[in-house]
Amino acid sequence: MINIFEVNETNKMVEEQNLDVRTITIGISLFDCMDSDIDKLCDNIYRKITTVAADLVKVGKEIEKEYSIPIVNKRISVTPIAMIGSSACKDTGDYVRIAKTLDDAAKAVGVNFLGGYSAIVSKGMTKSDELLIRSIPEAMASTEYVCSSVNVGSTKTGINMDAVRLMGQIIKSTAEATKDNSCMGDAKLVVFCNAPDDNPFMAGAFHGVSEADAIINVGVSGPGVVKRALEKVRGESFEILCETIKKTAFKITRVGQLVAKEASERLGIPFGIIDLSLAPTPAIGDSVAGILEEIGLERAGAPGTTAALALLNDQVKKGGIMASSYVGGLSGAFIPVSEDQGMIDAAKEGALTLEKLEAMTCVCSVGLDMIAIPGDTSAETISGIIADEMAIGMINQKTTAVRLIPVIGKGVGEEVEFGGLLGRAPIMPVNSFGCGDFINRAGRIPAPVHSFKN
Amino acid sequence: MSKANRTIISVVGKDTVGIIARVCTYLSNNQINVLDISQTILSGFFTMMMIVDLSGSDKAFEEVQKELTQIGEEIGVDIKCQREEIFEMMHRV
Repeated sequence: MINIFEVNETNKMVEEQNLDVRTITIGISLFDCMDSDIDKLCDNIYRKITTVAADLVKVGKEIEKEYSIPIVNKRISVTPIAMIGSSACKDTGDYVRIAKTLDDAAKAVGVNFLGGYSAIVSKGMTKSDELLIRSIPEAMASTEYVCSSVNVGSTKTGINMDAVRLMGQIIKSTAEATKDNSCMGDAKLVVFCNAPDDNPFMAGAFHGVSEADAIINVGVSGPGVVKRALEKVRGESFEILCETIKKTAFKITRVGQLVAKEASERLGIPFGIIDLSLAPTPAIGDSVAGILEEIGLERAGAPGTTAALALLNDQVKKGGIMASSYVGGLSGAFIPVSEDQGMIDAAKEGALTLEKLEAMTCVCSVGLDMIAIPGDTSAETISGIIADEMAIGMINQKTTAVRLIPVIGKGVGEEVEFGGLLGRAPIMPVNSFGCGDFINRAGRIPAPVHSFKN
Repeated sequence: MSKANRTIISVVGKDTVGIIARVCTYLSNNQINVLDISQTILSGFFTMMMIVDLSGSDKAFEEVQKELTQIGEEIGVDIKCQREEIFEMMHRV
């Protein structure tokens, strides 16, 4: 039988160490909504989302209450809209109409984000893919809850450099289109390599084509719990350090598994995956950088950071895998700069640079995430940064992503405030040497060879 | 007994006369059976845990949860009422 110390430990994790389930995300297929008539298509989409996800928020709240475990976000992901709108959308305005429909549906069911305003163009772009991508700035500016992502490369296909070039321009235009709102549009836009079909986390969630009609995916969290556990093993060996992370990750993930199972039963929607993640928030003590410091670094970004992060990420997976029946999504420690107080401090003090962050993304989930850069950074340079990050994903057979926010009108040393879970970010310097001639070449980078590893 | 009705009541706060009596009176008035009870002082705080069975009670889980929270507020302690599975999941392989 459960004893008093175990009850106390669990409740302390929630009350003092910010343990929560970060998100319950329902993935919804919109294939059966497709129509060549845009009005009909929008009606179908609205009806399907508001029917399938009608009880999501209510059920989420019930589970929160019964177990006294906060479920921070209830969200929805849908089939990449570039496909769903391919028959009906004749111009970018038609795609924006779908974005607005998604926004209305999200509002109606009470979720705080809806992902899937997406295109998968890892090898080539169809006309509708390109229309959707070109509609992103207006779609992001005219909606509140819709998140967008574009997959521009994969290990199997290589990198679509035409899409990479276009995304540099789109990120710039989206910043311009939302400059009165902290360039917020770019905080809801992710560029991926090897994007997973079952990611529950925003802004990159979409319901992939390999998925069932509807599915429940859950993302867990808990950097604060890991940090607190590590405080008790200061100065101990790597063996003890790793064992402690594994055990803690197991406990955190079990809560996610319970919530996923309950949500699945109560909503009558099959359980998909648990995303084994350490997702930070700007709250004090809920920081992945804080864990790195506890492992022994003065600041995140100091020499040793990549090794410490690799160790952390691997132990989280080892502990989490046994705690859950199905694991998927992005699974790993997240390092979004604006959403992690320790990362914000490290960047401000100059300990953490864009280049070091890029190195860190080689060993963790997911990529260059929520990084504010000067508003006058050129589209080519943004594309160059994207290409570098995509190359890391392509060669290393992992998911990588870029979520950069060029903050219009601001430069290095200034800050941008996004509010809420998205936090605030210092504007970080970007290498000022050009890459225009590289980015302006047409075509794609071929798929890599999988032998002769180096 | 169905496992689904097993609920953990935990009480944490400053020690004072009659905490256990007050909680147990409420449980007995509502036909809630106590299966296990343990109490200690942790970091200077009165800490109690009870495993109870709600299956004999007419009241719904949410109602019991609400009323126990209220009692906690009256006597100045924090009373939580949670389904047992969260602890089972976290602490048992």
